[in-house]
Amino acid sequence: MTTTNDSSPKENGQGDRSLPVLQNSSRRTAVKGAFATLGAAAFVAAVSPLRQAAKQTTASEFMQTHYKRLTDEDKRKVIERLEAEVKQEHGVDVDIADDRPIPGTKFVYAINLSVCNGNGKCVEACHKENNHDRATNQSYIRVLEMPKGTMDMEHGNTTYSGVVPKDDKFYLPVQCQQCDEPPCVDVCPVKATWKEEDGIVVVDYNWCIGCRYCEAACPYHARRFNWKQADVPADEINPDQSYLSNRLRPVGVVEKCTYCLHRTRRGKLPACLEACPTGARVFGNILDPDSNIRWILENKRVYILKEDLGTKPAFFYYFD
Amino acid sequence: MSSTTALPTSEDQRSDEPHLLSYPRFLKRILWLATEGSFGFYAWMTLLTALSLVGLNAWANQVAGGMIGTNMTDHVSWGLYIANFTFCVGLAAGGVMMVIPAYLYDDEDMHKVVIVGETVAIAAIVMCTLSVVVDLGRPDRFWHLIPGIGEFNWPVSMLTWDVIVLNGYLLINLHVVGYLLYMRYLGRKPNPTWYIPFVFLSIFWAISIHTVTAFLYCGLGGRPFWNTALLAPRFLASAFVSGPAFIILVMRVMRVTAGYTAPLGPARTLVQIIRVAMVVNLVMLASEIFTLFYTGGAHVSAANYLFFGAHGHSGLVPWMWSSIVLNLIGTVLFFMPSAMERSTVRIVACLCCIAGIWIEKGMGLIIPGFIPSTLHEIVEYSPSLIEWKVTVGIWAFGLLILTVLMKVVVSVFGGQVTPEQPTVTT
Ligand code: SF4
Ligand code: SF4
Repeated sequence: MTTTNDSSPKENGQGDRSLPVLQNSSRRTAVKGAFATLGAAAFVAAVSPLRQAAKQTTASEFMQTHYKRLTDEDKRKVIERLEAEVKQEHGVDVDIADDRPIPGTKFVYAINLSVCNGNGKCVEACHKENNHDRATNQSYIRVLEMPKGTMDMEHGNTTYSGVVPKDDKFYLPVQCQQCDEPPCVDVCPVKATWKEEDGIVVVDYNWCIGCRYCEAACPYHARRFNWKQADVPADEINPDQSYLSNRLRPVGVVEKCTYCLHRTRRGKLPACLEACPTGARVFGNILDPDSNIRWILENKRVYILKEDLGTKPAFFYYFD
Repeated sequence: MSSTTALPTSEDQRSDEPHLLSYPRFLKRILWLATEGSFGFYAWMTLLTALSLVGLNAWANQVAGGMIGTNMTDHVSWGLYIANFTFCVGLAAGGVMMVIPAYLYDDEDMHKVVIVGETVAIAAIVMCTLSVVVDLGRPDRFWHLIPGIGEFNWPVSMLTWDVIVLNGYLLINLHVVGYLLYMRYLGRKPNPTWYIPFVFLSIFWAISIHTVTAFLYCGLGGRPFWNTALLAPRFLASAFVSGPAFIILVMRVMRVTAGYTAPLGPARTLVQIIRVAMVVNLVMLASEIFTLFYTGGAHVSAANYLFFGAHGHSGLVPWMWSSIVLNLIGTVLFFMPSAMERSTVRIVACLCCIAGIWIEKGMGLIIPGFIPSTLHEIVEYSPSLIEWKVTVGIWAFGLLILTVLMKVVVSVFGGQVTPEQPTVTT
């Protein structure tokens, strides 16, 4: 790594400032130029797959700002664009709404563990309702098969098979707990995820940068990342969608259970609840004193998961 | 230091020139210089460029095809990239370890090698930034992180803190290195008010970058393996080892290839630092292991998996033990008297410690944080070919930057580049 004196501009340039390019130096320059050209060509070749990726992003999508900064007019345009994209790619007419929280509502969920028999219908319903990738069988819900006599998840098993329920087991479905102190929201560096007034924690799929810090922070394994573009056959796409919930998600972002806000904010029940054959699931507005859920929370022995972490779940478990 | 004299006589005359004109010219000249060299130099640069391009291409494919090309999953959502990021933060922080003895204890010889440490820090920070960028699912949305036009979740998110401290550290080091080189180039004595405050700032800042990075992990209550107050001190201790060890290696390479000889004193100080830091690091590791296994509870399942394997899965066991063995060998070697000389022992010791800590911070810290998952499922992880290629590319690019900067340091400090003689005076 010695500096070649014969070619340094200083040596050559001495007393010859009007003619800085001397022979030796110009040969060097030419060689360097050739190297630089070669390097540039190799660079272009190396990044060429990016061009493919760039085609999938339109300028308006790239420029789109945070959901909360969009005006009603902006939202209308964004939603029109999203609907048109689905039409173009899948040939399906979908209806993307912008369902907002109903004032005076705070949604909570409860599961009766004495009744749940681990049949997994909720998992399946979630999969269909939320347009999850078919190949990976994705769902926001995981059901743990637990030995009786413990609440320690370390003894649980999410990949059980065979006839359920087994005598010595109980079943613990886990999904997003819509925590009141959600660590996933705290850690997000770009505020792409937040808690809404009705208690539902949502993600703006068009703002998330895909760092997956929230996935690391969630203690309930409630978040999923789109490692690849989800693949849903056109005739199976659920067309009843909402911007913050079950619309088809772009690749490279994080998503999660939204208590089916495209249903529940329209007065319906979550898909997992409707699918549950045992009636183990109860859903409702905790602010409504006459609600079923309120009665359960007041009269049953209620548990929450990982209470010691201080996440304050809005998701409860109880035994009869 | 091959030459500290040979200052051009026209020095005073040139000093009238405004820096606004002279600094860009200085940058231009050193850039030209950085592309001059022997055949070996060109071969090395070509190799690094080629490897960087391989990494770039792998990353481009990853962006085009989705992160499915990596072996990460919803269970192990961070992998090799974030592991490498963590190590590089340590390297960057360690770069400044030269600075502490130099300025706090006023060790004169140390000043001559401080610039090497700060230069290593610059290359390491670039590698940190790249390691994070390649981990993003949507790199095209990177601008969402820019305060002002994006949404910056500060001060709540530790990641935003990290963005701030890393960029700040980069700027501080660019300033110090640039200023010292420039003054040397002009043949002037650096004005302390222009760099001493920044040097002290960089010491404070080096500690902060590693602490904040540790807080990224230990602030997560749902991950018991990381949720320990010892994490930040352990990070610092290992940075005090990997940084100086890396600098010793760089100094050796500079001496062999460019004849850039520094006095023995600073390197000895570095070895002393490494000795203490490595022992502290090992003591903390031991106390961590004690708490884990003696108490049991939630913390122990990840540790069990890491050290001995669990439920028939043992993917990380060879990694962890090789890290411990490498660290122990490195420590023993560093304590041999010959480590104080310019011996092979010293070089081997540095290599052992660097490799040991790289594994400890990656496969031994980031990955086991995810295994078992928060619902206690065991899903194993080992990096995919794409991930290895991208990581190698990042290292190659970091070394490329380091080589260019070192070349500049050697020529400027060697007096091979000085301001041009003025031909026209106004
Ligand atoms: S369960 Fe996880 S994803 Fe849901 S709110 Fe709590 S921390 Fe966030
Ligand atoms: S993955 Fe998305 S939602 Fe999660 S922390 Fe990162 S930017 Fe926020």
